[in-house]
Formats: sequence, structure tokens, C-alpha cells
Amino acid sequence: MPGLVIEGEVLIEAPVDVVWRTLTEPDQMTRWFADRVELVVEPGAHGYMEFGDQGGPVVVETVDPPTRFSFRWNHPRGEDPVAGNSMLVEFTLTPEGDERTRLRVTESGHELLAWPEAEKARYADEHREGWAEYLDRLASVLAEHRSR
Amino acid sequence: MTAQTDDELWSAIGDPSRRRVLDLVVSNGEVSASWLAGRVPFSRQAVSKHLAVLEEAGLVSRRKQGREVLYQVEADRLDQASRAMADLAAQWDRRLATIKRLAEAAHAENQKRRPS
Repeated sequence: MPGLVIEGEVLIEAPVDVVWRTLTEPDQMTRWFADRVELVVEPGAHGYMEFGDQGGPVVVETVDPPTRFSFRWNHPRGEDPVAGNSMLVEFTLTPEGDERTRLRVTESGHELLAWPEAEKARYADEHREGWAEYLDRLASVLAEHRSR
Repeated sequence: MTAQTDDELWSAIGDPSRRRVLDLVVSNGEVSASWLAGRVPFSRQAVSKHLAVLEEAGLVSRRKQGREVLYQVEADRLDQASRAMADLAAQWDRRLATIKRLAEAAHAENQKRRPS
């Protein structure tokens, strides 16, 4: 996926509905995410999250219990978040048996809408690395050049 | 990730063809736009546009040598971007670890309450 910034995954020893509640209930969200969460978990709902002395609006995108939850944030003040001006955080929950859940998160943004789909797919195939790995690799290539 | 400058940075490297251009600049030191155009599947004009965006984001700089303009990567900016990205990844890792701990504790609690 071009424009992908971050991906992370964790295997949780709990049923998918328990993980879903931990992920989406505002009083749970204050325990793993923001200091203050004002959010109705419904598609299109506008909410607010506060981290220490910083805060910002979030807009819920997908709510598909108990497997998909996504929201957009980091859009410019006064603008509605859309692809291109915001970051999209997507959670995917996959049950692995009755008592185990795989939870995956991606944060992506600034997708180039004009990029043709076929070209996107081809590029994604060639560049499976995440952004952290990409930048890491560039930095190490650079260090090699410098030491020559 | 907070400042506007970061947004500029992410959108600069969010574009696959720009990443390809940046890749080539990084692995080849100082290069010209026409040298780059010979190595990518898009036009010289597109290469120039990508270089302008990368320059705006502080990732490359240019200097004139004779009649040629040569581009090179700004190492400090790249290091800074790399660190910011690692921080962001670490933040999500911490959040996922906390979700795991909370969900597993809640599940254990539910099990205890359930009559066996």
C-alpha cells in the first residue's frame, strides 16, 4: 500500500469481542490511548482526543464489530478529513480460535489519489517494507556512503 | 507527529515515485535530473517536479556545477525523519501491548465470574 506509514500487530489471548470492547469503549480507550476521549463509535461521528496538553479532532470512518474499526486524524483545523489531508488509523481484528485474537493496526496517509491502481499494486509488491524500514534502509545506505 | 513540517515530509515520501527518485539520489550521491530521468519510468518533467517537492520538504538540496544542477540528499533531515518514524512505530507498539494487557485481564476476569 503506497503511503503506508506504520504497521503493527499483536496476538492477544482473549476472544475477539473482548478485544473489540477494549479497543472501542471510550473508558477503555483512555487506558491505552489518549488521556481524554470524547467519541461515539459510529461511522462519521466527530470526536476529540487529548494527549497531555495536546489534543485534536478525530472522525470515525469504519465501525464493523467485532473486526474493523478506523478513524482519521491529523487533518488541518477547520477542514473535513479526507484521503490526502489526514492520517487514517485502521484496526483489524482476526479471531484465531475462540480465545485468541490477532490485532493489526496501520496508520497511513497522504495517499496519492492520481496514482493508477495497477501501478500501486506493482509498486507495493516491490516495496513490502514499512516506512520505518524504508527510512532506516536509506539512512544506512547513506552512512555507508559517508564512511567511504 | 505534530508539526506542519512533518506533514510536508510525510507527503513528500508518501508518493511511491518520489520514493524511487529519493532512493536513486541516496544510493548515487550527487545526480542530475536528466541522469535520474534515464532510470525511472516517467518523464524528465515529472522527475523535476518530484525533486522540487523533495527539496521543499528539505530532503534534497541542489547546487550548480557548470551548466548542470546536481541534487544530493540532506542527511540530517533524513536522519530526523527516520527517528520520527521509529518513534511513531514505538508508540503504536506500546499501545498494542497495553490493549493486549487490558483485554487479557478482562478475559481472565470474565472466566473467573463464569460458574464452572
